[in-house]
Formats: sequence, structure tokens, C-alpha cells
Amino acid sequence: MSGMEEIKQTFFIECEDLLGEMESGLMLMESGDYDMETVNAVFRAVHSIKGGAGAFGLDNLVNFAHIFENVLDDVRSERTEANASVNALLLQCSDMLSDLIVAARDDSGFNETQYNKLLGELRVLSSKDSDEPEPEGALEEETFGFMPVMLDFGMESDDNSEPQGDVFDVVFKPQPSLFSNGSSATRLIRNLCDLGDATVICDSSSLPYFDTFDPEEAHLSWKIELRTSERQSALEEVFEFAQDDCTIEITRRHPDGQSEDDWTSADFTAQNDTELEAQTPDAPDLMGADISVTPPAPQDPLVVEAPAIIPVAVPAAKANVEAKKKTSPRATPPATIRINLERIDRLINQVGELVINQAMLTECIVDTGVAGDPSVQSGLDEFKQLTRDLQESVMAIRAQPVQPLFQRMSRIVREAADATQKSAKLVMEGEFTEVDKTIVEKLADPLTHMIRNAIDHGLESTEDRLTKGKSADGTVKLSAAHRSGKIVIEVSDDGAGINRERVKKIAIDKGLIAADVQLTDNEIDNLLFMAGFSTVEKVSTLSGRGVGMDVVKRAIQSIGGRISISSQPDKGSTFTISLPLTLAVLDGMLIQVANQTLVVPLTAIVETLLPIVKDIHQTGPKTRVVNVRGTFIPLIDLGQTLRFRSEATLPTKSVILSVEAEDGTACAILVDNIMDQRQVVIKSLEDNYGSVPSIAAATILGDGRIALILDIDDLIARSQTDQIISPLQQEVKAEAYA
Amino acid sequence: MSINVLAIDDSRTMRNMIEFALNDAGFNVCLAEDGQLGLDALDGFVPDVIITDVNMPVMDGFGVIDGVRQHPLYRSVPILVLTTESAPELKQRARSAGATGWIVKPFDKDKLVSAIHKVAA
Repeated sequence: MSGMEEIKQTFFIECEDLLGEMESGLMLMESGDYDMETVNAVFRAVHSIKGGAGAFGLDNLVNFAHIFENVLDDVRSERTEANASVNALLLQCSDMLSDLIVAARDDSGFNETQYNKLLGELRVLSSKDSDEPEPEGALEEETFGFMPVMLDFGMESDDNSEPQGDVFDVVFKPQPSLFSNGSSATRLIRNLCDLGDATVICDSSSLPYFDTFDPEEAHLSWKIELRTSERQSALEEVFEFAQDDCTIEITRRHPDGQSEDDWTSADFTAQNDTELEAQTPDAPDLMGADISVTPPAPQDPLVVEAPAIIPVAVPAAKANVEAKKKTSPRATPPATIRINLERIDRLINQVGELVINQAMLTECIVDTGVAGDPSVQSGLDEFKQLTRDLQESVMAIRAQPVQPLFQRMSRIVREAADATQKSAKLVMEGEFTEVDKTIVEKLADPLTHMIRNAIDHGLESTEDRLTKGKSADGTVKLSAAHRSGKIVIEVSDDGAGINRERVKKIAIDKGLIAADVQLTDNEIDNLLFMAGFSTVEKVSTLSGRGVGMDVVKRAIQSIGGRISISSQPDKGSTFTISLPLTLAVLDGMLIQVANQTLVVPLTAIVETLLPIVKDIHQTGPKTRVVNVRGTFIPLIDLGQTLRFRSEATLPTKSVILSVEAEDGTACAILVDNIMDQRQVVIKSLEDNYGSVPSIAAATILGDGRIALILDIDDLIARSQTDQIISPLQQEVKAEAYA
Repeated sequence: MSINVLAIDDSRTMRNMIEFALNDAGFNVCLAEDGQLGLDALDGFVPDVIITDVNMPVMDGFGVIDGVRQHPLYRSVPILVLTTESAPELKQRARSAGATGWIVKPFDKDKLVSAIHKVAA
């Protein structure tokens, strides 16, 4: 049954969300900063997992979730104190639950030893199951028999009556709670009548006079004579939900016929006809209790009940919709659909093409000279705006909060802390920052790696921390934020910082840098990212600061990102990953150098300047600086650096772009001309050609020409290494051309 | 006339299952993911029956029962509580609040459909 299979898949997707909620709640509990709603949210998540798992017969999951939930219930009701050891157990259980879900989804195995161990520990803790000698058996029997259970149904019928044409006398007297609980006497009678041939007699003898009449009270009772082939249990079932709200007597008539009851139809009819007219002239429908119904009833005589006034209710409800905040009446708010990622990618590509096409069209129109026409101009502007809006909307489809990714990291922190016998806590910030889905997925491995590194080698042992006067618990902070058109993700620790002496020694030992080279702190830190710095075998283990950081760097670069590091002795280290907001478009400034058109990302540009010769100073054979309002910043001759021309560019015939790298390093770029500012569609150079130093990607311009997009950070980094560290530069080059 | 069912459950899986079961039975289903959204949905949806979970964020099932029982138009609409909980005291609480019936998850499709027919014939 494909419908159920699909729902099962939804269940697993939902489980991921629930696990996330559960984990973040447990983390709050661990931190001590929580209230009962936090525990309740965790309880709810486990409870929902259990509910869904039960529907699909995932027994291990149900059993585990059940006892997990019991313990949470104890915490919630303060029978169990959420101390450190309980929290630690709960976190381990959340990991187990996550493993069980994966095992159920992929039909794979799980760690049964751990499963049984945790189950045992939970049982010891649980107030409910500790009383039961055989919790597992009792558990399944009692709460999770996978057969559906209907409760409120204490009427096990023991009748063995002949199912052929019996006559039953049913006396039905509702209590007021029947109506207040949403049951309907009419409906019950009608359901009963559906079982066979019925005669219904209403007793309105206790109906009060109108001045004392309370419409919320139950004044009527009925006697139903039912001839049916059904068993008595079928009659009882009609009153399944109403049994506590009414008096109900069902007696099977003896084959000789007469019921012992002394009511007669005639009595009541007579009584009612005379009395009702006198008592209740204004409410004949309401009091029209004299019914002798043979199913189906032609109309509902009891208008007290709401469903009967539905036609009146509809317009009123519609008016309400306008008055209040609009809610969708039909769909799940917020409604979602699942779309194949390929389709979205195709859409994004098409929108990219549309952006190019729009630029081309604009250029054509300008060339034909009709662009000055106001209607053409406004049409073009509108087209441009719409294209941009469309593109933003399309990109938003793929945006996802980083929260689930961050939450997964809390487990990594726990495991790494356990493995290294350190105590560490994870602090998250900006977890609702939205990032392209592909990027989120590709960040998982690098982040895992960085967090393991941070705990393994960033944080000191508890004793060392205490000696240094730090708190015993190390902190690993994971933050995400939008910053000037980029997404910045930081992994920081409050550990010992990078041991630069050691890093430098390793680099020299491995022949990565010359023994006598002078490096700044920042340059030493960046040695961690060099390919040869760590050996491949160590990548998967938890050892060596900087282990596999080149792998991390490559992973980040593959999604168009950049990673940098900063570290302070005894304060800790921070790894900063900056990522493009989207992988498809970019706001850029079109510039010209030696007849080549290039694009500079707008986010990197601080200002543009007209160079004044006296402000430019030669500091070396190839290096110049420019004085910008008293600050000297390095000047990069783009034509020379990119080898478009061999001789130095004349400042008098150029423009200076003041730019800034991600880490804040300022630099000035000498270009020939600034042409335009526009949105360009990024076409990967690596996919189609190969990686080129200082070039991030390429784009297609409105006139069909290809322009290269500058990688400002790389350009600045290279110009610095060019001037200072030649061995590093060679290494980088070797890597780039490998 | 087709029966309108408002189903309130914070679990997406459960909502999907209810929708699947009830659409199959020819009911109109409106889904809400917590009690408050469920009550909000009454602005545009006229239910013949309301099915609600108990433990939900924002507003739980008891809140739904209270809200519906105080609603000028829908106070008499039958409410079925659909939950994994089966504690008698919870059931009693739901009864006193005004629940019409109590069904324990995991539910059987046919039983659910027949329960709805029973309260909303």
C-alpha cells in the first residue's frame, strides 16, 4: 500500500525534526537553563516518535521510546530530579533513539548491547516500570498491543442471543453532560434505528414549564422498541461514547412478546399533545418531543445541537475570517510539499539564464537607441526588478536553517568529550540562519571535523583548565550569521589556542617551510591548512591539532567558501567559514584591465578612488602602497598580477578599488576602468575548465562575452605571500595546479 | 453530504495518517498542527467532528476541548480525543472537559471511521 509507505517516509523525515527538538531541549536541561515546557517539549517529541513508530510496528523503537518517555514523565512531574547523571543518560538515550530510527529507516542494525544497557538504566530510573517484574512483556501487553484499542467501552457483552429478529426494549435517558460533551440524543437514536425496525416513543413528562425551562438540561427520555437481527452488543456499541452521559437499559424481549414496561405510545402522545401546546408556544420545534420515528428520521427534531445550525453558521464564519487573521481553512498550516531537488536545480538554472537574457535584451535595446523612450525604460526597469524578485524567490526555496545541522553537532561534542575524557559543552548561536540546502549538507563533515579538533586539541584537560583559573567545562561555540552578503559560520573554543612553536616546528620538520623563514602569527596559524601538514592516516582519528584541516579547507572551497583561523594563547581558537549566500548569482562591479572585462564581487568593495600620484609609494621592486586618508594599504596592480600586461600600470590612467578580504585585510586594486554594476550569474570555472588562482568563477555578460569573477581574498592572500613567504607560495601553487 | 472533520495533531505523520484514512472514507479533512491553529481553523471550516491529540505545543487537547465547548457556534460539535495516552485520570479529565470519545493510538482506520460515523451521523 503505497499510501502508507509514503506516510512512513514522512514519519522518518518528521523524526529528524523531532530528534532535533528533543536534543535541543535536552541540551537546555543539561545547561540548567530550562523550565517545565522544555521537559514537556522533549517528552512530546519522544511521545510523537513512539506514536508514529507504533503505527508502523517498529517494536524496538516503541519499546525504547516508551520507557524513555516514562522517565521523562517522571522528570516532568518532578518524581525524578534532572541531575547531571540523569541528563547524561537522557542524552545517551536520545542518541540511541536516533540510531534506532536510522536502523528502522534503513533496515539496518544497531548497537544492541548499548540498547539493552540503556534500557536497563532507564528501567532503574523509571518509577512506573520498576514496579513491574517483567516490564517488557507487561509493556507490550498493556499499552502497545498493536491491535487498536477503543476505550470508554466497558460494556463487554456476554449475550448469546439468537441473531434472528429479536425485539429489544431500550430505555434511553440522557444526562445534561451528554449534550455538553458533544453527543446528540437524536443521532444516537437514529443510529440505533439504523439497526432494524424501530418505534421510538418520547417521554416528555418531566419537561418543565417554559418559565423554568433550562435548555441546557436534559428533560426528555426515550423508549425504543427495536426489531433487529443484530446482537445486543451492537446496540450497546451505539452508545459507546455516550454510556457515561446517559442511563441506558437494554432488555431483550422474551419470545412471547410483551415487555414488562408499562409505557405506551398512546399515553405519551396524549400527554404531550395537550401539555406542550400550552407550555411552549414559542418553541414548538425545540419541544416537538412527541416523535414516533421510523428510520431514517425525516428531520432533526432537536435544534439544540450545533450541527443542525450549520447552514446559519457558515456566513458568520466567513465574516470572521475577514475580521481575524486569515488562516487557511483547508490546508495544514504551514502547508508543505516535497519536490525533487533536480527540478529546483533546473528552475534555478533557468532563472540564471533568464537573468543573462534580461541583461542581453537590455543591451540590445540600448544599442538600438530606443532605451530613452520612457515606456521602454520603465518596461525594462520592471523586467529587471521582476527577474531579480523571481530569482530571490527561487533561491529562497532552497534555503534551510542551519539548526538541524548544528544540533547534530551536539552529539559530536558529547562523543568527542567522552572519548577524550574532557568535559565540554556546545553553545549555539544564530541557528535559524538560512543557508542553501546543498551548502548545509556539505558542511556536516567539515564541521564534525573541526568540532572534534576543537575538543581534542583546542580544549585543555579539566585539571589544566582549573590550574589556569578557567571553568572546568570547556566551551565550543558554533555560530552562524549573515554578514554583508555572505554567511559566516564560526567554530570557536575557549581552550589553549594554537601552539605556534609546535606548528612551526612540524612545518619545518616536514619540509613545508624553510627553517629560517620569518612568519607572522597569522601565517603560522594558516600552516594548519597546508596539504602536507598532517598525514592522511590521521584524518579519521582524533589526534593532532590541524589534522585533516586541508581536507576541511578543500571541502569548504568546493562550495565556494573560505576558511580562516585566528587564535590567542589561552583564550582559544576561532575558525571562520564564510560562504556565498547563493551559489548561483552575485552582485558585481564590472571592471576593465588591459581590455579584459572582469567582475569584482560588490561585497568586497569598500570604495573607489581616483589615484593621486603623490599618494602612491614604491616600497619594493614590485610592491607599492597607497595612502588612503593617512592609512597605507598595499596596492595590487591587477594587470601585472594577472599577467595581462608586463609593465606596471600607470596610476594616472587608472582607478583604484579599495577592497577588503573576509578577515578584514584591506587592499587597493589598480584597474583601468569601471564599467558597470550588475548582477551576474556564476558559472563554475572548476567544473568546466579548472581552478585558476585569484579567479573565483566566470560569468556570461549581456553581449555574450565571458568575464572572469575575481576572488579578492585569494588575490590579497597571494599578493601577501608573494611579498613575504616564497616557500608557502610554491606549496600553494603546487596545490592549485595539481 | 460529506462529513467535515477537523483533525488536530502536532505529529505530521499522524496528520498524514488521519488524512489518508479519512479521505479514503470520503470525509473532508482539515488539518491543524496544534490546538490554537485548530481553533483558528474554525473561522473558515465548519466541522461535523473534531479529532484532537492531547499533548501538543502551544495549546493542548484540553485547551481545544475548552475552546470548542465555549465556542458559540461549535460548542456541541463532537470531539474525539485520539492519543497514545490511556491513563484513566486523563480520560476522566477529558470527559469532564467535554470530550465525546477517546480513541487510543495507534488507531485502526476502520475503527476511526466508524467512530466518526457514530458521533456525526
